[in-house]
Amino acid sequence: MAARTTPWSFGGALRGLFAKPTIDEATWDDLEDALITGDFGITVTDEILAHLRAEVKRFSTTDPVDLKRMLRETLEERLSRLDPTLTLTARPAIVLVVGVNGVGKTTTIGKLSKFLVGYGRTVIVGAADTFRAAAVEQLATWAERGGAAIQRPQQQGQDPASVAFQTVERAQREGIDIVIIDTAGRLQTKSGLMDELGKIRRVIDKQAEVAEVLLVLDATTGQNGLAQAEAFIQHAGVTGLVITKLDGSAKAGFVIAVQERTGIPIKLVGQGEGIGDLTGFTPHVFVQNLIG
Amino acid sequence: MATFGNLTDRLVDTFKNLRGKGKLSAADVDSTVREIRRALLDADVALEVVKDFTARVRERALGDEVSKALNPAQQVVQIVNDELTQILGGQARRIEFSKKPPTVIMLAGLQGAGKTTLAGKLAKWLAKDGHTPLLVAADLQRPNAVTQLQVVGEQAGAAVYAPEPGNGVGNPVKVAKDGVKFARDKQYDVVIVDTAGRLGVDAEMMKQASDIRRAIDPDEVFFVIDAMIGQDAVATAKAFQAGVDFTAVVLSKLDGDARGGAALSVASVTGRPIIFASTGESLDDFEPFYPDRMASRILDLGDILSLIEQAQGAFDEEETRKVAEKLATATFTLEDFLSQMQQLKNMGSIKNMLGMLPGAKGMREQLENFDESEITRTEAIIQSMTLQERRQPKVLNGSRRVRIARGSGTSVTEVNALVNRFEQAAKMMKTVARGGMPQIPGMGPIPGAPFGGGRGKVQPKKKGSRSGNPAKRAAENAGIAEAVPAALGAGFGLGASAAGGPSEEELSSLGKFFGRN
Repeated sequence: MAARTTPWSFGGALRGLFAKPTIDEATWDDLEDALITGDFGITVTDEILAHLRAEVKRFSTTDPVDLKRMLRETLEERLSRLDPTLTLTARPAIVLVVGVNGVGKTTTIGKLSKFLVGYGRTVIVGAADTFRAAAVEQLATWAERGGAAIQRPQQQGQDPASVAFQTVERAQREGIDIVIIDTAGRLQTKSGLMDELGKIRRVIDKQAEVAEVLLVLDATTGQNGLAQAEAFIQHAGVTGLVITKLDGSAKAGFVIAVQERTGIPIKLVGQGEGIGDLTGFTPHVFVQNLIG
Repeated sequence: MATFGNLTDRLVDTFKNLRGKGKLSAADVDSTVREIRRALLDADVALEVVKDFTARVRERALGDEVSKALNPAQQVVQIVNDELTQILGGQARRIEFSKKPPTVIMLAGLQGAGKTTLAGKLAKWLAKDGHTPLLVAADLQRPNAVTQLQVVGEQAGAAVYAPEPGNGVGNPVKVAKDGVKFARDKQYDVVIVDTAGRLGVDAEMMKQASDIRRAIDPDEVFFVIDAMIGQDAVATAKAFQAGVDFTAVVLSKLDGDARGGAALSVASVTGRPIIFASTGESLDDFEPFYPDRMASRILDLGDILSLIEQAQGAFDEEETRKVAEKLATATFTLEDFLSQMQQLKNMGSIKNMLGMLPGAKGMREQLENFDESEITRTEAIIQSMTLQERRQPKVLNGSRRVRIARGSGTSVTEVNALVNRFEQAAKMMKTVARGGMPQIPGMGPIPGAPFGGGRGKVQPKKKGSRSGNPAKRAAENAGIAEAVPAALGAGFGLGASAAGGPSEEELSSLGKFFGRN
């Protein structure tokens, strides 16, 4: 998208870097700056730099083009250690979508149901975000666009776990393939709300096994992304990450740290407000976009 | 954040190496600056801001303008704090109301930054101040944003102007314009225009935002930004500044554990002040922004900063003595203790207040375990005492204690613990009064800064605030470098053993009051 032409893009920062004739100290400094600016975090940045310095030395190269290739390989290698496939073989396959406020959970659900419906699956979404104003309506709009059925709460402020229960029950009754449950956004520091999430999960677990718990992370998030991931893994047993808003200028470098520290793979990537703007995660493409 | 402890430790370690040196060498400064750089980057402060910042810190640290009251380590942190506070702006800014109503406020920001929620909070806040806000639903992009604004408006008790159903239908520029006109006709004195979330790189949407701005000529444009945002804050802020040119920044989701380096980045890069902070999901979780609070939060340095303030305080002996005299003559009784506690309770949930502290995120577990009923229990104990007992705790003999325990539904152990704590506090005060603890003074508003509005309420009771609110004490523990982990336990539960001795806690909160006199 527009990011490619914008002056602050990561690719732009690197382009100048690799256009130089030889690798010198300035190259390393610039590379470090670029990685930090890409939200990789200081620890991962240091690791990558140390690794690259060693590689450059080992192959005794001075060509920035080599360095670029090494950078790409390193990132790709680090990102592809985990399997990004969504497991949706169970019937019904239950997907729980969680995350902090405003990361794009509801939007992601809309896109995901469209994607699944496109593959001939029947989908029902459960509006278990009974907290935020008009969240149910927002989900309903997306469900309609995505061609999914929706289970609404029967009354205002209903217990989200009970909405989830009803959704799964309905899916089992009507033979719907895939259940996607929307939950209210919650900051990972609110233990009451995190416990509520645990409850939703437990309630569903009694009916059928949860196939996937997707944690939605906003690409603009900084180093706090790690704290979010850790908290949600602990309370909801996250099985996959979804990175949203990648169409902006943010580079989401923090996902490397998140993926490595938690061992949870990135499974989906959201890149726009259109209903088709959701793709599976492929390390190759991701790194390509990152480095250019 | 998992790195919290490490970070503080790391900085303390670095400074430990500097201690005992008379003058800072270039190498010392470099290694220290490197740690500060890491600290800032960990807090998501934008790289260019960090570079600029560390360069200035380095320059000043090597320069001659250093206070003699400080040792080298303290000098460096002092400089860091100065610079940080300077960037964030010393004075909190307030909304500038138009002389000719309605005052038009436009909200802009990324998707999911919290604009619609903020619109509600702002409306409620303004309504409380006697204004008549009108919310204008110009977010016609996101599904059901209009509905959300209507619901939020209803909760806030504010009128909502929403002529278009949204979901991609309608022209936001026209809606915004009509909204302002509507407000003028119907005599609303503040108009809050909620716009769609947009990415800084989305040229078309940015143009729309600037069109809205041109159409309604707002008195204030608030750029709403998520406290969790990373390095992208700068790019986004610049894009919005170029696109709509906001007049102030609102920081949202500050109730999370993000360190909020974005605040610094945005303030520094755009030169626009941060005006409000949004700290929770309820419409009341909204407050003016306090730069000093944010500075310590970003560095997560409350402890070190307090050390510095201590050193400086030594040069403020006169003031110290004045306060100490007051303390010496005033007699603090359990009665005062009780009323203190009741005031504290009136201020709202202690958990919430503690949660606002920098460094408090590291105490999350403790926060959650903190039993507010402890306070109720302490209250019950004191209320079960006779007036004489409250004024002269000395008369509390065994049988009186048994009676009090029975009367308050607690155990004698708990009564004993309370009395012990109280006595220690009293003793500590006497020491202070004699001038025995020169390190307390002048801690100012640093690590705690816990009570936004509430602080004033406690203050009048200068003579005894220090033992009046255990929560504050506990919080202040974070302000004492070495005592961090150990002190937490002691400071928290009222019933907890006073193992660490209350002196440090007491001192630190006392210091707070000194600083404010």
